[in-house]
Amino acid sequence: MSHSQKLPQDPNIRALVSAMSQRSLSRRSVLGAAGALGLGGLLAACGTGGSKTGVAAGPAAADISASDPTLNWANWTLYLDYDDAAKAYPTLEAFTKQTGIKVNYSEDVDGNDTYYGKVQAQLKSGQDIGQDIFTLTDWMAGRVIRQGYTQALDPVNIPNSSNLLPSLQNVDFDPGREHSLTWQSGYAGIAWNKAKYPKGLKSVADLWDPSLKGRITVLDEMRDTMGLLMLQDGVDISGTWGQDEFQKALEVLRGNIDSGQIRQVKGNSYKEDFISGDAIAGIVWSGDLVQMNFENDDQWEFVIPEAGGTLWSDNLMVPVGSPRKANAEKLMDYYFQPEVAAQVAAYVNFICPVTGAKEAMEKIDPSLMANPLIFPAEEDLAKAHVFRSLDADEESSFAADFQSAIGA
Amino acid sequence: MTQTITKSGLSDLRSKDEIRAERRKGRTGVYLVAPGLLVLALFFALPVVVLLAMSLYVKPPGAEIGEFVPGFEIGNYATVLSAYWPELLRSFGFALIATVLALLIGFPMAYLVAVRLREKPLLQGILLVLLIAPFFSSFILRTQAWKQILADEGFIAQTLKFVAILPADGHLTATPFAVVAGLTYNFLPFMVLPIYANLGRLDTRLLEAAGDLYASPVNSFAKITLPMSAPGIFAGTLLTFIPAAGDYVNAALLGNNRNTTMIGQVIDSRFFKVIDYPGAAALSFILMLSILILVTIYIRRFGTKELM
Repeated sequence: MSHSQKLPQDPNIRALVSAMSQRSLSRRSVLGAAGALGLGGLLAACGTGGSKTGVAAGPAAADISASDPTLNWANWTLYLDYDDAAKAYPTLEAFTKQTGIKVNYSEDVDGNDTYYGKVQAQLKSGQDIGQDIFTLTDWMAGRVIRQGYTQALDPVNIPNSSNLLPSLQNVDFDPGREHSLTWQSGYAGIAWNKAKYPKGLKSVADLWDPSLKGRITVLDEMRDTMGLLMLQDGVDISGTWGQDEFQKALEVLRGNIDSGQIRQVKGNSYKEDFISGDAIAGIVWSGDLVQMNFENDDQWEFVIPEAGGTLWSDNLMVPVGSPRKANAEKLMDYYFQPEVAAQVAAYVNFICPVTGAKEAMEKIDPSLMANPLIFPAEEDLAKAHVFRSLDADEESSFAADFQSAIGA
Repeated sequence: MTQTITKSGLSDLRSKDEIRAERRKGRTGVYLVAPGLLVLALFFALPVVVLLAMSLYVKPPGAEIGEFVPGFEIGNYATVLSAYWPELLRSFGFALIATVLALLIGFPMAYLVAVRLREKPLLQGILLVLLIAPFFSSFILRTQAWKQILADEGFIAQTLKFVAILPADGHLTATPFAVVAGLTYNFLPFMVLPIYANLGRLDTRLLEAAGDLYASPVNSFAKITLPMSAPGIFAGTLLTFIPAAGDYVNAALLGNNRNTTMIGQVIDSRFFKVIDYPGAAALSFILMLSILILVTIYIRRFGTKELM
């Protein structure tokens, strides 16, 4: 780097460097700072978690966006338009051309829990996690916002945020969308291999057909699998259900795992089982199916079960230690332009959260305008439910029970 | 000069200078070991202490997720042990079976390359490279490949079903069989290489002599080759068993959610999914301690001087 004034990103090191540049530097303060660095890291590694009061993580980092035109974005796999031939992300390239901000895009998030486990200690002590935007699902977004691990967004810098679908503008985990913006949404539903199971599925109960024994996979995302099972039991998952409803659905899951009906409980890797043919049917995410079908000649069909499916969103947020919030806001603003959003939607095939993207899609691929998995139909939305927020105690106990049912 | 200088006789002959030089050498040894000790202290001893402390933390009432305070809750150990002893036992069981299988498969391989092909260095070299070749690609990738090879629609499963060894609705992946096979395959080189290195030094003239004395091949193998290769077998079994017991990749990729869960998976899920850091730390500690105890017993029982 040719910038002579470039400081490292870690706030501890920044503090150390700035202390050194002042004359007040004594041997003790260096040792102190070094100790804080070492011990802070050590204690952070213990991960003693967030404090009840939230905002444990001190003031947000000073913004260096103006002098440092870069941006680091952690996202999930297959979640941004990608040009295989050019080995590049076309919309990101265009963003860099437009704003001069270079984006380091990484597919770092392979699960809400695992990602949280990785960065929580640093977030708690207010350190830069090396990302300026991270993308997490509603419930986890709720947790990090509640724990004070995110920076408030400035709506003035994101005028296009008004394009967010009205139904997503006010969510219970982030009233008024002060800390987050929706990246993509999707359903969890059921899917099956059309050639191997021509009968097809209508409800979650159909997955327990003996002829599918050992050929079913379900998601290891508790809210999706348990949400679908509880909906099958007639529970309104957005409403006020409790232990009894959860345990009843968990028994169904446990029974089908123990009997060998369910082959595996998996995260993103369930796709490989569908493609290899080990799994014929299961609980899946909508966008995955569209992409898999595109690459494997339309082998599968996806439906939202009769009793209902879950609706989830992933949200863009700025972590507390990021010194490039202004750059992050520019990127969010960029992706909330209908034309850009349509370009992304044409590739990722999840529900596009941007008003006007459907019209913009006409120029890119008119056939996708009628795709209900990208631009949802009213009747689908009516069947899609959002898993209610859990408090910390519920979350711990449900997660523990779910993990023990899936044998881990 | 007489040729029968005894050991004690020799030490009597050493001058004071020689003794001093000896001492200096001893001190040099300490200096040379220091960096290694420091690394061990920093990257092993310290983390173990942190882990031990963490395993005793308690969750304060009304805590946020992942919030724990320092404490002395020995009950953490009882809780995880009573919940996860089957997974712990299963891990050691799987690791033991995999170690035995790796030995049964690995010993003949090592013997072939190290002894039988001693006269053909080129072939020996090629086979040795083939033995090490798996290390050139990622462990996860190789396990993933096995998933494809053993898939329901794959050649092996279809053939086994055709000859009715496998029931029509049976499968190979997502079974304990697949997990043990994965462990055996993945840790096989750790078994073969020490045995190979050991057998490379085997003096085949001893075998010839045994033959001359009318020992049967079985007899000379049992009386000569096997005892001589004991240090290699010993090292190989340790190098296989210890990582296999803590492995969770094979169980996660090739197992199911019913009867293949290993303790590594449980630790992973307690840490990352349930966000129960003390529980995960307690289980890790139990795992380390159990391995330590098992290995100590093993060393006491079968350990050889050459290794110690």
